[in-house]
Amino acid sequence: MTNSIDEVENADCLLISGSNTTEAHPVIGYRVRKALKNGAKLIVIEPRRIELADYADVFVQIKPGTNEAIFNGLLHVIIKEDLYDKEFVAERTEGFEEVKAAVEKYTPEYVAEITGANAEDIVEAARIYAAADKASVLYTMGITQHSSGTNNVLAIANLVMATGNIGRESTGMNPLRGQNNVQGACDMGALPVVFTGYQPVVDPAANEKFSKAWGVSLNDKPGLTVTEIFKGAKDGTVKAVYIMGENPMISDADLNHLEESLDKLEFLVVQDIFLTETAQYADVVLPACTFAEKDGTFVNTERRVQKVNKAIGPIGESKADWEIIMALANKLGIDWNYGSAEDVFKEITSLTPSYAGITYQRLEEEEGIQWPCPTEDHPGTKFLHQGKFSRGLGKFHPIEHQPPAESPDEDYPFILTTGRNLYHYHTASMTGRSKGIKEFSFEDTLRINPEDAAALGVADGDMVKVASRRGEIQVKAEITDTVGKGVVFMTFHFSDSPVNKLTNCVIDPIAKIPELKVSAVKVEKVAEMAAK
Amino acid sequence: MTAKPKIVVGLGTCGIAAGGREVYKAIEKALTDNSIDAELTQTGCIGACENEVLVDIVKPGQPRISYGKVTEEKIGEVITNHLLNDKIDREFALGKIGEGELPAEYDDLPNFFVDLPFYEKQVRLCLRNCGFINPEVIDEYVERDGYEALKKVITEMKPEEVVDVVKKSGLRGRGGGGFSTGLKWEFTMKAVGDKKYVVCNADEGDPGAFMDRSILEGDPHSVMEGMAIAGYAVGADEGYVYCRAEYPLAVKRLKLAIEQAKEKNLLGENIMGTDFSFDLKVKEGAGAFVCGEETALLMSIEGKRGMPRPRPPFPANEGLFAKPTCLNNVETFANVPVVILDGPDKFASIGTEGSKGTKVFALTGSINRTGLAEVPMGITLKEVVFDVAGGIIDDGKFKAVQAGGPSGGCIPEDLLHLPIDYDSLTGAGAMMGSGGLVVMGEDTCMVDIARYFLTFTQSESCGKCTPCREGTKRMLEILQRIVAGEGEPEDIEKLKTLGEAIKDTALCGLGQTAPNPVLTTLRYFQDEYEKHIFDKRCVAGICVDLMVYLIDAELCNGCGRCRKACPVGAVSGEKKELHTIDTETCIKCGVCVEKCKQEAISLQS
Amino acid sequence: MTKLNVTINGLPVEAEAGMTILEAAELAGIDIPTFCHDPQLVGAGACRICIVEVENARNLPASCVTPIWDGMVINTESDRAVQARKANLSLLLANHPLDCLTCEKSGACSLQDYCYKYGVSETDYVGEGKDYAVEDSNPFYERDMNKCILCGKCARVCHEINGAGAIDYAFRGFTSTISPAFGEPVENSPCVFCGMCTDICPVGALTPKLSKGKGRVWEINKVKTICPYCGTGCAIDLHVKGNEIVGASGNREGLANKGHVCVKGHYGWDFVHSPDRLTKPLIKKDGKFEEASWDEALSLVADKFKAAGAEGLAGLSSARCTNEDNYLFQKLLRMMGSNSVDHCARL
Repeated sequence: MTNSIDEVENADCLLISGSNTTEAHPVIGYRVRKALKNGAKLIVIEPRRIELADYADVFVQIKPGTNEAIFNGLLHVIIKEDLYDKEFVAERTEGFEEVKAAVEKYTPEYVAEITGANAEDIVEAARIYAAADKASVLYTMGITQHSSGTNNVLAIANLVMATGNIGRESTGMNPLRGQNNVQGACDMGALPVVFTGYQPVVDPAANEKFSKAWGVSLNDKPGLTVTEIFKGAKDGTVKAVYIMGENPMISDADLNHLEESLDKLEFLVVQDIFLTETAQYADVVLPACTFAEKDGTFVNTERRVQKVNKAIGPIGESKADWEIIMALANKLGIDWNYGSAEDVFKEITSLTPSYAGITYQRLEEEEGIQWPCPTEDHPGTKFLHQGKFSRGLGKFHPIEHQPPAESPDEDYPFILTTGRNLYHYHTASMTGRSKGIKEFSFEDTLRINPEDAAALGVADGDMVKVASRRGEIQVKAEITDTVGKGVVFMTFHFSDSPVNKLTNCVIDPIAKIPELKVSAVKVEKVAEMAAK
Repeated sequence: MTAKPKIVVGLGTCGIAAGGREVYKAIEKALTDNSIDAELTQTGCIGACENEVLVDIVKPGQPRISYGKVTEEKIGEVITNHLLNDKIDREFALGKIGEGELPAEYDDLPNFFVDLPFYEKQVRLCLRNCGFINPEVIDEYVERDGYEALKKVITEMKPEEVVDVVKKSGLRGRGGGGFSTGLKWEFTMKAVGDKKYVVCNADEGDPGAFMDRSILEGDPHSVMEGMAIAGYAVGADEGYVYCRAEYPLAVKRLKLAIEQAKEKNLLGENIMGTDFSFDLKVKEGAGAFVCGEETALLMSIEGKRGMPRPRPPFPANEGLFAKPTCLNNVETFANVPVVILDGPDKFASIGTEGSKGTKVFALTGSINRTGLAEVPMGITLKEVVFDVAGGIIDDGKFKAVQAGGPSGGCIPEDLLHLPIDYDSLTGAGAMMGSGGLVVMGEDTCMVDIARYFLTFTQSESCGKCTPCREGTKRMLEILQRIVAGEGEPEDIEKLKTLGEAIKDTALCGLGQTAPNPVLTTLRYFQDEYEKHIFDKRCVAGICVDLMVYLIDAELCNGCGRCRKACPVGAVSGEKKELHTIDTETCIKCGVCVEKCKQEAISLQS
Repeated sequence: MTKLNVTINGLPVEAEAGMTILEAAELAGIDIPTFCHDPQLVGAGACRICIVEVENARNLPASCVTPIWDGMVINTESDRAVQARKANLSLLLANHPLDCLTCEKSGACSLQDYCYKYGVSETDYVGEGKDYAVEDSNPFYERDMNKCILCGKCARVCHEINGAGAIDYAFRGFTSTISPAFGEPVENSPCVFCGMCTDICPVGALTPKLSKGKGRVWEINKVKTICPYCGTGCAIDLHVKGNEIVGASGNREGLANKGHVCVKGHYGWDFVHSPDRLTKPLIKKDGKFEEASWDEALSLVADKFKAAGAEGLAGLSSARCTNEDNYLFQKLLRMMGSNSVDHCARL
């Protein structure tokens, strides 16, 4: 997030897109509702009529995979009606004219045609967003999990910069991060191209700095991304894979494809707290501690580094992940001697400028610190890009609408989109083992529009087969008008209806995110199939 | 002056309840049958409710003749006699109103408002039009200077001047608290807000109170005009009348009146061509007594559960939808046009030093003349009870008057000299309240009355604050024990302690005043409580549990009907011999009394 | 800020204009009992236990909602205030089950604490009491409205903080209770089981089921940490007895969440003690996992990694593990010569 959670409730306008905030980020959802009580306007742009759509001043229901078109459309109206922030555009950005030219053709009518939304709603949403003094965009995977994910984000950035809604309190573009420490994992360099704090492995200075610190000469070529790793496994170039605390056999796109890769792999070690669906494929499984059994730090969606504290001792012979890694390193002949998580953290801050001012003591005293925090007397950064962007001038990128990799056709007439529910988290390895939650939310359903269900002869609760070009699963149908015609929805929490057998692993060329939000599928009633 | 005769039927709720609609139909029939060309119309309550159905007949050139207690059977005759034969039926005629000639034989007919004892001491400002105009025809209101005050205000006065006039008049809120209306308007006027509201509290919920209902039914425009004037003064462009849904006629007439006023541009956009716009809506309450409390009322309009909230902030600063809101009751608003047109000095010339103008009272209980009376402030309770209301029925002895509804208190005979004003009544432990006066004679048990009012407040408590929710329940339980003969010596002290704690700590005005009926009866009638507790006696003969059924030895002829009818076998006695009732077994169902032809069985304390 | 001078219990106190008596008293370190007050909620003034005596005031105002004025003279423990407070305590006690011996809230119950403080051991007002069936049809928390003192905080947190508005006052007078619409069980209401109502309840009316019977409040040590689920980063307290987690609640010091939580953070901690937990390293032999020692398992992994070589080695780190875990993970892979380290940031 460019801005902080606390700032949400003081925004004049919230534009929420690709985020079912009240379910996926419930506590931020409370703040959204508070903002509405404080008088904020709400624009919801979603393929589904999520709960917040009911509170929205404008709800724009779009077809999955048409995000950049809608944002171009909003910008078109804002420019055409002369509602953009000329001063901000002139002083703090570059490339506006190109974007202005690019969005010229995205008239409300044209965008309505692409997205399935009403042209009037697009105009109304644009006016509301532009009229606000402090407008904040909240988004998440509904924007990014597309083959055009990066372009979607850039299209939002264009909108945000054109209206000067960045670098000030209660504005900004705010991706709500989906996992407790996804921000931290990125910050820590758990990415093929960067060390900690986004210092590129290909940058000679950075490479040298880390080589020196770690006492070895480090590889300066970018590594493989997760998709490439499994591709490598399949073709035999990747031989051993170490998976820590991940369950791709539920969470990744196109599971059948992934299963082949894991089967081909020479050696797989999985380090986890449970024998997950992925761990079943492992050659060695290492028992790790849960969050409750270890010290350390998590970074939340607003870049706040927060202290995780050990509440109980390890269960059985399990160990904290960092301790396991250290033990393995020592087996590999690398002599590590960290006495505590804090020792590790000190090394992190010494190598990471944006973390340099953070200490465990400060984290406890100050209730977490938002990076960048370059020095020990720096208070941390509530919102980014104040007065100046990291790169200097904010760059506008002309974006063209690009349809998703798969479009519905005669064989696969529905668009399947996926997400989370309130009760479960990700692959449900934890929530699925939580008594109350498991009892309350124990199965998934295929959300389908009443008209579509009627055409298929499917009644509420009927078992249906959902199939894509990549696989098929069975699940109960739930008839609801929260999804539009031609769109069906499922969560990816449940291993007995693993929706990722159906999803498409085509990726965004830059961010390498798979297009989980759009797959073409067909739906059939199970009983009918039996009768055939 | 109408060219043809006019017949006006009292069709307030009181008139309708007494059979007014049937009388109206009977008149229609009589007119048709006798081919009489007359205008038949309706009006609201004129106040003398005990005389309903009231029918007034006006012949051109003659004074208006008011007939009371007319019936569907007799009215035809009365009409034909009056209109065709110039004969006034003395059985029904109450008096004459207004100018005009009558045949000499009717010279002795009393002058309605001057000679009738019910009206003699009344001063009718608020009720000026009630019983005269047809509330469903705006022209009749306009003819009697209706909307002149609004016109004067919006065309000749600045908002500050309006506030000053109201302040100068000394008008105080007629809903209970008695806060200065002018000050309230001033606060709302000065409060900062992009939007302001005027709200009329028409959620009249006190048992025995019907002042506001009668005004809304009889003269809705006077209230609406008052609200529009308030809107101009405080800077509001929207108003709500919060009226209880149990007043369907009032709601209907209000809505009709609003519609008619809008058609005439007396409400709505750019009223009378000025810049002033004021829209009015009716919001029906769902029957909670607590919604008469101003903050609960505002919650209810907002669509929330009607529960009081702490003040400050006061509605003048943060009221409806958190906007500055001027909130007064029906009677207060109905006074406003009078204050404007007559001027503040004339209004202030009526009443006492601290309480100006008049007050409308709903007179009920054991009195000869029940009804609605508007009396000048400062008149004594005694005058109201004995002169206006005609004293206790059947020449009974006065015991107490309950003033101010469930929030008020019972005032005994030796305080009847008290003048009616806000401060005297409060000093006596009662309050002006909205104006309900329940007069009680010797056959009223004061403990039972306290129990009755507490039953009401307890079941109507909103449940929010501890003392009101829990405390009134415990007080009620103690009173229930006392009237059941299970009172204990420490109960009186417990009632006092609890009552004072509730008064001291309850959240809203209703909670703080809920113990008043108990505390005042304890103050003035403690001996009655003591008799219940120590002697297990109810002197008024009301508390059934403290009474026994006894058979009079003189009258009993031993027929055995009572013995056979008794469902629990409490009666014994040989045939033709004196029967007796075993008071231990008796469940006091009273069936023996019904069966006894000798009237030998009665309830004794 | 305008400063106002007030006197509380004889002490001169300088406080800010707009403060309530309660806030001014807090400044002066003077404790006033409250049930319905919470600094995160709009003042209700419902319980009337915080009433105080104010010079020249007609009655006893509730300190939680009464703003101070300059020169205000307040006595929080005057005879009159204490008598009234005791009367209200006695009234609450008259309608509250005295089952403190088995009540989950015992030891952390405000009613218990204040009755102790003011010596109210039994009620003066015996009479009808509440008689509700305990509602336990949902898997997360029990609702025992017999214990409810109608402070209304649960309903307010549900409306004001969560926004779900699942519960509110129902009925009137003595029969008032807190309930979902139409008396339905909470699972048929808009309730999303955040459980913030159970955190805020001052008595034992709302009990988290997972924690029931797991320990007394004085046996429990609260450890502040960060919720392991979504990226909001809510600070939560884990309630620990011995080496067992027995509960969780929102921690108000957390700047991301200010004590607010959702169903997962509140009721999703018990996976930690799941019998499914891996407790020993496992090595797959002939397609079946067999338990192994750490030494054996790590040696095998080390051998295989060396054999794979830098080009053939890749790792998936974790968005659920700590920074320290992630840092060492990528450090190890990179020191082995492989930059093929990634994680599921994109999922």
